[in-house]
Amino acid sequence: MEGKQRMLPISLTYMLYYFPLIIAIAIVFGATRHESIEMIQFHAWQTGKWITGFMGVIFIVLYVIGWIT
Amino acid sequence: MSPEEENTISVDGRLVDLRNRPLAALLAWLIPGAGHYYQGRTTKAAIFFVCILSTWILGFGLGGKHVVYSSWQPGDKRWHYFLQAGAGVVALPAYLQGRRMNDATDALSLSTNPNYEPLWGGLMAPPYRPVIENQADEVAAWYATYGAGYEMGTWYTVIAGLLNILVIYDAYGGPLSVPISGRKIEDETDPDDEPEDERETSKTST
Repeated sequence: MEGKQRMLPISLTYMLYYFPLIIAIAIVFGATRHESIEMIQFHAWQTGKWITGFMGVIFIVLYVIGWIT
Repeated sequence: MSPEEENTISVDGRLVDLRNRPLAALLAWLIPGAGHYYQGRTTKAAIFFVCILSTWILGFGLGGKHVVYSSWQPGDKRWHYFLQAGAGVVALPAYLQGRRMNDATDALSLSTNPNYEPLWGGLMAPPYRPVIENQADEVAAWYATYGAGYEMGTWYTVIAGLLNILVIYDAYGGPLSVPISGRKIEDETDPDDEPEDERETSKTST
């Protein structure tokens, strides 16, 4: 259990790798589906939210499994 | 229908001339955004150029400039390079370095010739051979030196290459269709919602 507690703060550092990636992916996803800049922004925002939410759900599931076992 | 009309599509309520599609796709592969710049889609060209190249270069730096190299040897089948090469000309030095390394590799022992010198100070050069899994070779040294950065750098460059494949498609065929795009709205427009003057035109033309 101690090891798991030590890993959680480290995972916050790993989040720094996540932000540039999600920004680039979301913007490129939006821009490959629209021509209007407003719609690109909208689509990028939606994509960013969707991927972050999906990753968040996976994180919670894994965290709960780790906590149980 | 003229060639210009064939290459013109309507997206988000605006007309886009894709010009010479294969050439645009080739340019888009060589330099992310170059295909769109050729087509006059300058805002998107800038978006792709910045997003893809910054991701690729950031990953390249995180991995200590060793994450992009071309090698297909036992123990070191670098399949990531096929995806990293999606970002175009930035990954081409690795191909040249890989060819040189292959020429300098002994076919039987799979070891690098001691006289081998990589080009450009070793930029994107494959590791010295042999590379054997779980052994203290040059790849193991890169992992030990750069840690998570080496792994993340590999993924950053791979993802940048994959994103550019979407961009190449966009340059060739226009934006991928989504339910809220202009094309979809245009297709599903209810005849009762048409403006008065357009309805007049459609009536007279039938």
